[in-house]
Amino acid sequence: MTTEAPAPEAPQTPPAKKKDEKEESLFSLFLHNLWSANTVTVTILSIFLALVIGAVLIVISDSDVLSMYSYFTSRPSDALSASWDLVGHAYADLFKGAVFDPAAVQALFNGSGDWKTALNPLSETLTYAAPLVFTGLSVAIAFRGGLFNIGGQGQAVVGTILAGVAGFAIGLPAGLHLIVALAAGLIGGALWGFVPGLLKARTGAHEVITTIMLNYVATLFLGWLILQKGVQDPNRTDAISKTVDSTALLPALPAPLRVHLGIVLAVLVTAAVAWMINRSSFGFELRAVGVNPPAAKTAGMSVGRTYTLLMVVAGGLAGLGGAVQVLGTADRLTGQVAGNIGFDGLLVALLGRNKPWGTLFAAILYGGLRAGGNLMQVDVGVSLELVTVLQALIVIFIAAPALVKAIFQLRAARSARLGASVAKGW
Amino acid sequence: MSGVSTATVEELTEASAPSRFWNRERRLGAALVIIGVIAAAFFGSLAPSETARFTLSENAEGAALSINGQLGAILFGVITVAAGAALLAGVAKRWQTTLLVLGIVTFVFSFLCWQVAGKFLPLVDTLSGSLELALPLILGALAGVLGERSGVVNVAIEGQFLMGAFGAALVGTLATSVWAGLISAVVGGVIIAALLAVLAIRFLVDQVVVGIVLNLLALGVTGFLYERLMQPDAIKYNSPPRLPEWRIPGLADIPVIGPVLFETNLLVWLALILVFVIHFGLTRTRWGLRTRAVGEHPTAADTVGIRVRGLRYLNVLMGGVVAGIGGAYFTLVATGAFNKNLTAGAGFIALAALIFGRWTPFGALGAALFFGFAQKLANYLGAVGSPVPNQFLNMLPYIATIVAVAGLVGRVRAPAADGVPYVKS
Repeated sequence: MTTEAPAPEAPQTPPAKKKDEKEESLFSLFLHNLWSANTVTVTILSIFLALVIGAVLIVISDSDVLSMYSYFTSRPSDALSASWDLVGHAYADLFKGAVFDPAAVQALFNGSGDWKTALNPLSETLTYAAPLVFTGLSVAIAFRGGLFNIGGQGQAVVGTILAGVAGFAIGLPAGLHLIVALAAGLIGGALWGFVPGLLKARTGAHEVITTIMLNYVATLFLGWLILQKGVQDPNRTDAISKTVDSTALLPALPAPLRVHLGIVLAVLVTAAVAWMINRSSFGFELRAVGVNPPAAKTAGMSVGRTYTLLMVVAGGLAGLGGAVQVLGTADRLTGQVAGNIGFDGLLVALLGRNKPWGTLFAAILYGGLRAGGNLMQVDVGVSLELVTVLQALIVIFIAAPALVKAIFQLRAARSARLGASVAKGW
Repeated sequence: MSGVSTATVEELTEASAPSRFWNRERRLGAALVIIGVIAAAFFGSLAPSETARFTLSENAEGAALSINGQLGAILFGVITVAAGAALLAGVAKRWQTTLLVLGIVTFVFSFLCWQVAGKFLPLVDTLSGSLELALPLILGALAGVLGERSGVVNVAIEGQFLMGAFGAALVGTLATSVWAGLISAVVGGVIIAALLAVLAIRFLVDQVVVGIVLNLLALGVTGFLYERLMQPDAIKYNSPPRLPEWRIPGLADIPVIGPVLFETNLLVWLALILVFVIHFGLTRTRWGLRTRAVGEHPTAADTVGIRVRGLRYLNVLMGGVVAGIGGAYFTLVATGAFNKNLTAGAGFIALAALIFGRWTPFGALGAALFFGFAQKLANYLGAVGSPVPNQFLNMLPYIATIVAVAGLVGRVRAPAADGVPYVKS
C-alpha cells in the first residue's frame, strides 16, 4: 500500500484522471480510462446498479403497478409507463430531499420562497452525514492498520451514553460544557475500543468477534441505564433519559434547519485523521502493521502496541460520532439513540475506500440517501428501508469490482488497486 | 490475501512459556474459587431463609425439589470452591473437565437458590423454554460450522435468519401451508448463502465484510417488503400457519425430560438430529474429511485432487439451508408473524455459540443451550421481579464469548484457512 495523498475524489463528480501518464494525449487517455475498471467508474456504476435493483424492488412491491403486468403481453405500455412513473417519482424525491427541490429554489428567486426551505434538503443531508463521518473514519483508520472494527456501533453507543450523561448530569457554562460532553463521548468510545485492542494485542482474540460481542453489551447496558433513577426522565415512564442541557448542545442553524456544528467538526476531524494516517509516525506504523505485521515487527515496531492504540483511536472516533448524534440531533438518550450509525459507518468506510476524504464524501452521499429517503417515504410511500438496501448494494458492488467489471465489460485499469479491503481470517 | 495475514499477534509478540505455574487449569481453579466464595458469601447473605421450590412441572403445582434458599446458596457456593480448589491442587487431567463443569453448574445453582428463595422455578417450563430459545441458535451455529469448517467465514447468519423468517411468513401465508413456508424459508436462507458464496469464493471479497453487508441487505430487503406488503395487508401476506406440536406417546410421559423433548415441534428434533448428523459427517465420512482438509489447508487439499471451491460452495449452501430453517423458527414457531428485524441479533448469538463451541457441532449445541438457558432465565427473573436486571443476564452470551476467544478459559482456534479465499496458483 503506497502513501496515497488525500485526494478528494467525490464519487459523484465526473472522473478526474491522472495527468502524469506517457505520451498519449490527455484526451485519448481520458477516453481510454473512462470505460476501464478504475475506482471512479466502478463507484459510479455501482451506484447505478444499486439504483436499478432498487427500482425493481419498488415495482415488484407495488400491487397496483404489479397488477398491470398481468396483461403485459396485450398492453405492455401500461405496465412500463406506470413502472417508469413510480420509479421516476421515487428517485426524483430522493434527489429533492437530499440536494434541492427545484420548485423551492424557483420560489426563492421569485421572491415568494424562503431560503430556509430551499436549503432544508442540504441541511438534512449534512445532519445525517455528520455522525457517519466519525463512525466511517473509525472503521477506515482501523482498516488501514489491518483491523476490522465492527465495534463502531458499540463504541458509538458508549459515546452517546457518556456524552449524554455529561450533557445533563453536570452543569457548566456554555461552550465548556459542550467541550466536556464531546470529550466524554470520545473517552467512552476510546475505552470501548481499548478492550478489543488490548485483547487482540495480548491474547490474539480476533477483533471482529470481540467487537461484535461488545456492540451488544453496550446496547444492553444503555437499555438498562436509561431506566435508572437519575438518568431516566422523571416525567416519563418509558425508557428515555433526561434532556441534555442547552449549554451542551451543538449550535445549529435557525429552527427548521437542523444542520449543526457537528459537520464542521467532522471536516476538521477528517483533516486530522488524514494527517495522522499519511504524515504522522503513528500513521506510518499503523500502515506498516496493516500491510505486513511480521515485517513491521522486524523493523522494530511494536505490533501489539500499535493495535491497541489504533483501536483506542478508532473507538474514540466512533464515540465522538455517538456524541455528535446525541448532542446534535437526538438531545436525549433512548434505546435507539445511536440508530444504526456504527454499521452505516462500516458501509461508508468501504465506499470511501478507507481513505479519510473518501469517507467524508461517502458519508455525505449516505446522508443524502437518508435525507432523500425520508421525503420518498412521505411523498410516494416507498419505505425508507429502500435506502438501507441501496446502501448495502452499493457497497457489495464496490467490494466486488470484478463483478462490476464483468457486468459492464470494463477494461482492466492500469495499476488500479480496487479491492475494498484485505481478506483475512478470524 | 496470503496465509501470513492469519497469524495472530500472539504468535508475533508472545514468546512461548511452556510450563508456567499458572497454567490454564490453575487459572481456572483460581477463578472457580473466587466465584465460589462470591456465591457462598454474597448470594448466601442476600438470599432470604425461605424455601426455594423447583417444581417438576410447567407451573407451581406438583412435586418439587425444595431447599432452603440461604442454605442452598451457601452449600452450592462451597461446592464451587471445592471444585476450584481441586483444580488448583492439580488433579489428574481426565477429571479436569468434570470439575470445571461441576464448578460452573453449582455456581449457577447457588445463584438460582438465591433468586428462587421464597418463590418457585418450574423446571419443565424453564428447560423447554431454554431449548426453544436455543433452537435458532443451534441451527444458526450449525450453518456456521458447515461454512467455517470448509474455510468460509459466515457472519451472515443473521441475514439468513431474516430471509428465512420472511420467506416462511410470506409463502406460508400465501400458500396457507406451513410446509410451503418451511421450504421457502430454506430458499430464503440459500439466497443469502449463495450471495455470500459467490462474493466470497468467486469474487474473493473479504468474507467478514460481505457477511456484515449481506446482513444489512437482508435487513433492508425484508424491512422494505414488510412495510410495502405485509404492513398494509397483514391478513393476506403475514399470517402464516404455525408448526404443530407433536407428542410422542409413552416417551412424553417421562418426568421433566418427556414434555421437554417429546412434546414439541418438528424443528427441535430436526435441530438435534442435525447436530448428530453433522458431527458424524464431519468426523466419519469422506465429505467431512475433505471439508476439514479444505478448511485447514486448501492448497494441500487441492494437490490431492479435492475441488476446493466446489466443496466450499456446497458447504456454504448447505449452511444456508440449515440457517433458513432456523429463520423459519421465528415466524412459524415463535411469533406467528414477520416483523421488521424480528431476529434482533439472534444470528450474532448463533455466531457466538459457534465460536464458544469451538467450531464443533456438539460444542455449538452446548453453547446454544447455555445461551438459551441464560435468555430464558433472564426472561423468568424479569417476570418475577429479580434484583438482577435482565439486561445483565442477557449480556452473558456475549461476555462468555469474549472470555472464550481471549483464551481466559482455554483457547479457541478457528480452522486455519477460515476466511482466506482460495486462489489456485
